[in-house]
Amino acid sequence: MTTASVPLGVVARRHRSYYRFIAPALIVVGAVIIFPWLFTIWMSTFDWKIGTESHFVGFDNYTALVHNQRFLESVVRTFYFTALAVVAPLILGTLAALIFHRQFPFRGILRGVFIMPMMATPVAVALVWTMMFHPQQGVLNYLLSLVGLPPSLWVYSPTWVIPSLVMVEVWHWTPLVMLIVLGGLAALPTEPYESAKLDGATEWQLFRYITLPLVAPFLLVAGVIRTIDALKAFDTIYVITSGGPGTASETINLYLYLQAFAFYNIGNASAVVVIFFVIVMMLALLLLYVREKTKWT
Amino acid sequence: MDVTATPAVPSPRRPRFRWRRWLRKTGFAFSVVVIVSPAILVFLWMLSLSLKNEIDNISYPPVFIPSPPTFANFVSVFEQNSIGRYLWNSIVVSGGATLIALLIGVPAGYGIARTGAHRLTVLILIARMTPALSYLIPLFAVFQFLHLNNTLTALVITHLVITVPIIVYIMAGHFETQPRELEEAAQIDGASVWTTFRYVALPLARPGIVVGFILAFIFSWNNFIFGAVLAGRETRTLPVAVYNVLTFEQLAWGPLAAAAIIVTVPVLLLTIVIQKEILTGMTAGGVKGG
Repeated sequence: MTTASVPLGVVARRHRSYYRFIAPALIVVGAVIIFPWLFTIWMSTFDWKIGTESHFVGFDNYTALVHNQRFLESVVRTFYFTALAVVAPLILGTLAALIFHRQFPFRGILRGVFIMPMMATPVAVALVWTMMFHPQQGVLNYLLSLVGLPPSLWVYSPTWVIPSLVMVEVWHWTPLVMLIVLGGLAALPTEPYESAKLDGATEWQLFRYITLPLVAPFLLVAGVIRTIDALKAFDTIYVITSGGPGTASETINLYLYLQAFAFYNIGNASAVVVIFFVIVMMLALLLLYVREKTKWT
Repeated sequence: MDVTATPAVPSPRRPRFRWRRWLRKTGFAFSVVVIVSPAILVFLWMLSLSLKNEIDNISYPPVFIPSPPTFANFVSVFEQNSIGRYLWNSIVVSGGATLIALLIGVPAGYGIARTGAHRLTVLILIARMTPALSYLIPLFAVFQFLHLNNTLTALVITHLVITVPIIVYIMAGHFETQPRELEEAAQIDGASVWTTFRYVALPLARPGIVVGFILAFIFSWNNFIFGAVLAGRETRTLPVAVYNVLTFEQLAWGPLAAAAIIVTVPVLLLTIVIQKEILTGMTAGGVKGG
């Protein structure tokens, strides 16, 4: 219709004039997002501590990391943390979505309450969790004692620190999974359910063979987002343990932070950022590839 | 027919049927309570800690309900720390970064929607995947060079990393769904591209702008790491102040919880305003966390 009333040349010219709308944003994105990326890669080839002379070392920062025990341990720890912090919210979030998909009194208000953790300031909430984790006066050990369980050291125990931190992460981000899956459930067709019910399918069969395959793409989206965010988790870990006890909860991000802003070891930290970025991108691409595969079958 | 037999048959069955239904309903109600209670209980515990005196806060077994509730913790937070200044810093940084992002992000979203330049939104998704420290280290080095460290200007610039992607992404999506007929009509009448945007598209996009503004503001407000690295004593934002000042200078739980509430309440109030649109923004992007 447009082309009929407006000559083609005008359309093309107008198309070009839209780029003026985008240009300011492109300049800002270039300055605060793209430039830092490139600058990081450049810095990663230098041996540079703030306050000292920098000199070019090529790939030395990277080869040093391969033999850096502390860094390698932080990588393993990050994967452990991420695995737990992805699987638990996915299961709980799906359960919550199945619940909120039904009609019941006060559903709207309760859903509002349920998503509050997702938006709450992480630092503020982390401080409250720190107090709750306290082995002597913390409320969590009191709750354990109520059900007859022995007290735990929570984040003060090298064994339990990661699961405890995952608990905070689960509390924070289960609502996001719930919202994504709830969106998927709302888009489901009703016909398969009707015919399956006529054939006498049980509730579990309905869920297992109809609901689950149909919401699988949404679960995958939630999984990708959750994986990326769990890899990057920083605020809660930093506030609650700062990587401790010892280095028991030092993830890549925590290691990175210490290298950069406690030791001002900019060259080394930049190399870690580049590796971290590659890991994140590879996982994201892998998950998207798996999604394409599942679409085919 | 046999009249007396009819009520005799269903009566033993009906109570059993109702009982099962009741059991199912109770079970469902119970699962609702189980799934919602962790969310609400942490906030209630935060509130409880902030309204109790220090003796009740560290007593074991814990005191759950403050009796009588005291506002002394809130008073001491404001008196003993320059929390007012930090609150102002947060408003300046988040407000400033969000307004600049709106100024450049709304037209950009419009441009992307009308030209179909969707590759630009992929860039935004990659920006979301990148850890915040990857922006922070180079920007820190540059600010050091420009002597901008410890200034609010540096913080506003860094927070653009959070706000610009969110606004561009949300606005591109919004303009995409906004009907073009009115814009086309205006252009046939001789309106320039800019006039069309300014007087036709922009007024219609107000709901999208509100959602974008609130989400960008919340993410910027919640951000900790940028302020933790770049801010000086006087330029701390609220989350940084709550962490630094309160945890190191006073280890009392009451004031800490009170400060945590002061940081969180504005965010929770804004969340209620845009409850329905939150999902779009959350999955859309913005660099959050580390």
